[in-house]
Amino acid sequence: MLLTISTTYQPATDLGYLLHKNPARLQSLEVAGGQAHVFYPEATAERCTAALLLDLDPVGLVRGRAGASGEGLALEQYVNDRPYVASSFLSAALSKAFGTAMNGTCKDRPNLPAVALPLAVKVAVVSAPGPDWPRRLFEPLGYEVEIETTPLDPTVPEWGDSRYYTLHLRHDGLRLQDVLTHLYVLLPVLDNDKHYFIGENEAEKLLHRGGDWLPQHPERGFITRRYLRYLAAYVNPTLERLLEGEVVEKSFAEPTGTSPPDPLSKKEGAPVLPLLNSSGSPSFLERGLGGEVPMEGDRKISLHDQRLQQVAHEIYQLAPKRVLDLGCGEGKLLRLLMRQPKIEYILGMDVSHQALTRAAQRLHLDEMPPRQRARIDLIQGSLLYRDDRLAGFDAAALVEVIEHLDENRLAALEAVVFGQARPPHVFVTSPNADYNQLFEKLNAGEFRHDDHRFEWSRAEFAAWAAGVAERHGYQVRLVGMGEDVEGVGAPSQMAVFGLENN
Amino acid sequence: MPQDTLKVPELSLILLIGSTGAGKSTFARRLFKPTEIVSSDACRGLVADDENDQSASKDAFELLHYMVAKRLKRGLLTVVDATNVQEEARKPLVALARQYHVLPVAVVLDVPDAVAYERNALRPERRGMGPHVVARHRQLLRKSLRNLKQEGFRHIHVLRGVEEVDAIQGILRDRLYNNRKEETGPFDIIGDVHGCYEELRALLEKLGYQVMEEPMADVRDLGVRVVAPLVAQPQTSPPGPLSRGEGEPVMPLAESSGSPSPRERGPGGEVPAGEPTRRKAVFLGDLVDRGPASPQVLRLVMSMVRDGTALCVPGNHDIKLLRHLNGKKVTINHGLAETLAQLEPEPEAFKSEVRRFLDALVSHYVLDGGKLVVAHAGLTEDMHGRGSGAVRAFALFGESTGEIDEFGLPVRYEWAREYRGRALVAFGHTPVPDAEWLNNTIDLDTGCVFGGRLTALRYPERELVDVPAAQVYCEPVRPLNYRALQLQAQNQTSPTTDNEQLTTAQHQHDDLLDIRDVTGKQFIETRLMRGVTIREDNAVAALEVMSRFALHPKWLLYLPPTMSPTETSALPDLLEHPAEAFDYYKRLGVERVVCEEKHMGSRVVVVLGRDEAAIQRRLGLVGEGIGKCYTRTGRNFFTDAALETAFLARLRDALSTAGFWEKFDTDWVCLDAELLPWSAKAQELVKNQYAAVAAAANAALPQVEAALTEAAARNLDGAEALLARTTARRQAAAHYADAYRRYCWPVNSLDDLKLAPFHLLATEGRTYFDRDHAWHMETLRTLALADSTEHGPSLLRATPYRVVPLHDPAEVEAAIQWWTDLTAAGGEGMVVKPYDFVPQGKSGLLQPALKCRGREYLRIIYGPDYLLPGNLDRLRQRNVKAKRNLALREFALGVEGLERFVAGQPLRRVHQCVFGVLALESEAVDPRL
Repeated sequence: MLLTISTTYQPATDLGYLLHKNPARLQSLEVAGGQAHVFYPEATAERCTAALLLDLDPVGLVRGRAGASGEGLALEQYVNDRPYVASSFLSAALSKAFGTAMNGTCKDRPNLPAVALPLAVKVAVVSAPGPDWPRRLFEPLGYEVEIETTPLDPTVPEWGDSRYYTLHLRHDGLRLQDVLTHLYVLLPVLDNDKHYFIGENEAEKLLHRGGDWLPQHPERGFITRRYLRYLAAYVNPTLERLLEGEVVEKSFAEPTGTSPPDPLSKKEGAPVLPLLNSSGSPSFLERGLGGEVPMEGDRKISLHDQRLQQVAHEIYQLAPKRVLDLGCGEGKLLRLLMRQPKIEYILGMDVSHQALTRAAQRLHLDEMPPRQRARIDLIQGSLLYRDDRLAGFDAAALVEVIEHLDENRLAALEAVVFGQARPPHVFVTSPNADYNQLFEKLNAGEFRHDDHRFEWSRAEFAAWAAGVAERHGYQVRLVGMGEDVEGVGAPSQMAVFGLENN
Repeated sequence: MPQDTLKVPELSLILLIGSTGAGKSTFARRLFKPTEIVSSDACRGLVADDENDQSASKDAFELLHYMVAKRLKRGLLTVVDATNVQEEARKPLVALARQYHVLPVAVVLDVPDAVAYERNALRPERRGMGPHVVARHRQLLRKSLRNLKQEGFRHIHVLRGVEEVDAIQGILRDRLYNNRKEETGPFDIIGDVHGCYEELRALLEKLGYQVMEEPMADVRDLGVRVVAPLVAQPQTSPPGPLSRGEGEPVMPLAESSGSPSPRERGPGGEVPAGEPTRRKAVFLGDLVDRGPASPQVLRLVMSMVRDGTALCVPGNHDIKLLRHLNGKKVTINHGLAETLAQLEPEPEAFKSEVRRFLDALVSHYVLDGGKLVVAHAGLTEDMHGRGSGAVRAFALFGESTGEIDEFGLPVRYEWAREYRGRALVAFGHTPVPDAEWLNNTIDLDTGCVFGGRLTALRYPERELVDVPAAQVYCEPVRPLNYRALQLQAQNQTSPTTDNEQLTTAQHQHDDLLDIRDVTGKQFIETRLMRGVTIREDNAVAALEVMSRFALHPKWLLYLPPTMSPTETSALPDLLEHPAEAFDYYKRLGVERVVCEEKHMGSRVVVVLGRDEAAIQRRLGLVGEGIGKCYTRTGRNFFTDAALETAFLARLRDALSTAGFWEKFDTDWVCLDAELLPWSAKAQELVKNQYAAVAAAANAALPQVEAALTEAAARNLDGAEALLARTTARRQAAAHYADAYRRYCWPVNSLDDLKLAPFHLLATEGRTYFDRDHAWHMETLRTLALADSTEHGPSLLRATPYRVVPLHDPAEVEAAIQWWTDLTAAGGEGMVVKPYDFVPQGKSGLLQPALKCRGREYLRIIYGPDYLLPGNLDRLRQRNVKAKRNLALREFALGVEGLERFVAGQPLRRVHQCVFGVLALESEAVDPRL
């Protein structure tokens, strides 16, 4: 990984004073993950180029467990792009090698840091989510941006370009301090990975380095989310709502072309992090990006929240005592159900242990008062295995669950829920495939989520629900969920089952 | 002279009854194991730190009852050391005995008040106890004595005075009548006869018994003698590599044992030297009623039981007859009238014999070390080998749900659906059209008297032998095949129940597995290793993978074990080398190994039927095609249905061309194989990781070189060295790119896929773990040859291999050279396997295989730069121990699961092993090994 900074400021060799590194010497220093070398490929009065070469130790990264995002024993650690790519390792090296310059101090030329210099920067290479992103991040800061692409594999032209780019930035007049700060913040944002554990002070770091320019940056949302790596969701509920709202809102406009995330997804991006103190001061965004926080009630309710509220309302009307949430995910419906005091006991089940861990955190199970705590339990389980723990409930909800199972396994789910557990009321929701044509970014035949094994039209869903009801002695009624659109129905559909003779 | 021993049933709950100071604790300690005694004083101590704290009694007794319950549940004799002088103290204990079907025994220690008081006075902690306590206890005890029998105690021992108590020197533990574990058979277990004498005789003869009817000399002679067939002498060959797991039903492998040879049949034949073992018949009861010849059936069975050629358990009809013979008032219905009429002309002495015979019958038997249980109406596991009224009632009548069916008959609770026990349970009572296995139980009442058949189960062979009824002797109230009729009726309204007709009861039952069988900490007994423990958090991970991504569990017969590499080589520039693999096996006593070329692709297991019907029949999967090809984690290899269909059809055709189905007498097969190219399944991984790293290196390093070249030109100290290192890295990245590209090619059609099978795992009724690897290689080569087609490349690829005798240095050297050549040409490397599939060394199971990967290939494992100075030295520090431990456990589980499958065990028993392998795979071991 190589970063070069060139200037034609006269005398150009003043760059050496600014960087506090002698152009006549090659200097090596220990940095996180390996070694950094600072040297000057050219150093004349007309033009001077400083180079920072980051030589990461691939074996050390794995053996020393300083590895990328603490992934432990993942295979990719030896076969890894880290040694070649500008990442958070570079930011760490930057602040170590050029710390004084980044802070705007220069002992020998005290006035120099304030001088706007003509600067050219080259980064070989950056990793970016798409070719337009370097421009979107750096152009608003006044840079002229150029990128060189790299084929993924020159022997397989059909694979196209890789996500690696050589980045060229030019600026007619900018303080070196600013350039270094921009690189410090934005290179890891492009790369979207961090080699260290992200703690509470990450937001402080971002404010410190970006407080001056980030609030005006048009991509501040993207930058913040990526810099904090979704940590914010755990810091402050206000921020959590903001970010989730954005995710849902943007879900069909993601530039990456991948399927939109499903809030119930077991693969949700954020890593499991310890719950952080949420009682702190106003959130980073409130202070740093004033005016961005939407008012409560002002906000458009996401489709998923709408679905959950509708299910919760249906359950409320039945006034059940014992309720099952099958496929409870991270516990959003559980939270709504806990607010219904007439429900005496709620059992949340999910196949994903990680989702349950997050549900327990979000529901604050550990700090819950004993009588509340006695109302709820979370268990790992699978709807494909007969499970005696599911017997004896008045109602069960399966919100956006069935489409995550292969169609030929639904018979097992049916036997478990309707044959064995047999709660008097069952609510099953699933996406309405008829509605998919309204999602512009969704090609015909594509599903709303990577993990969906099928998405049924209203007719298919109705046929399945009717069959289940007949085979197991239930009556069924179908309800659209969300705003109904002429010809295609509502975004989601729900089957409300009631045990006959109940 | 006072008696010096006490007789108690071997499984009983013994209550010591006596006042404080009566000497109960001393008595218990003297005569029972310390662990058998549960003492109220000790419990008080546990919950209150003070054995005399009466305020703790409530908690102490809860604890006592809890411990007693746990012991009884596990079938252990238990002695309760408490005063037990009050009825309300005894009542919950008697209830526990009932709950766990254990006999309650009262042992009363009745010593004079003065003795008890004196003893208490000697114990400082009891000194405060006034004489009134002892007196009150003794008064209560006196009162109790009268009622003990009424309270439910079947055995009551009263020891009066110190002398009688002290005289007892031993406890005689009486074996329960139902315990016949030492009888190992082989058995022929015969379903409900109901007076069908001719059919019984025919069946016995078909089974090789010789029935001789003789003129009756005397009523006790019974007039019939049966000689059981001899058992074929066990073969003298040493046991195969696969010793059977403890308690597992044993199935014959390829050849069935067939009917006994004529030589073995008659008593006139030669009797082999030594103790001849003969087969033994077991009658499941309901000998009488409805049929034409109940007295003759009784005569024959009584004769056999008396001669020791048969065992018999009673059926409800037999017991009703007994009650009648005993003069009890019973309703004469359900065929009893016929029996009574047939008995009418019989002499009284015979009827007395019948009465004695029926009266002596034991509700059920536990046979063959606990592996076999016989009872007329079946028996739930918690009742096996237990004794109580409830056990007897269940064994005789089963349990009904309380509902009445459309024929006016009680609906029976289908206990076998819930049965999860290890013992095979053979039963009758409920007539069924066919004897069908369900959860290791089988109903052998095939309704002979209703015109069906009389069926016997040969044990341990698990073969069914039957004879048809000569006629319908009695019209059943409910047709024998009423289930099928019901289904037909249903099908007219809903056609979705096809499955139920196409698959067996077991298959239908297996459609739904129970979460209890896979979650939590699991301990799996295997035939290769004593027990494999699955940790709870590993099971948690596996449950998610299994539920979200795996195929239907019925497809998953086997998951392959992980494979360890060789120990690290010390040779320069190499991390792995064959010498270490050869040394490992040689050191552990293996004489020869098989070296197989390692194909870099995706490991797959193929389960393939000759046609869809075979899959329906054997796996109970309907409408899922002729086979599946799945990955190490149970995922379908194919996402493209058309390609999958073409692949499976092509493979099936190759097997047909090779005459495989006929040769192995099977209609399905399970293969272990490598599917190429690697990129077929790993395309995304190749692009996102392997190609990406090469692209990043390729983009960055030349620019680093350029900058350093300029720096070197400026004579900066250290620039040359850095430049040289960067150039080396650029070259390493190029080699790395070459390495991964070798295993990638585009897959557009079937012609681009290659399948290299290396183990023939199983076919109908047997596995091939007893065949050596050379056999597997040769057998699979013939399949590859059969696949060679005129047009287009073949799908199947034979794996090059060589057998290497480890004592021959020249052969070893040649094998090393072979590996060197293979890997120099870019090959992944080779797998070294001991010649035997299941390698047993001096100290147990050895690694079933070791991989030895090539220098270039390892770049995709350890990264482009792994050979650079400083890197290799550190990478040599690796430990294969955990990986090898895992490989052994997964191997044992894989073999176990497949053996269970071919033996026809319920799916949950197979799935437990498969799930276990998947769970172990979530264990954190270095993934580069």
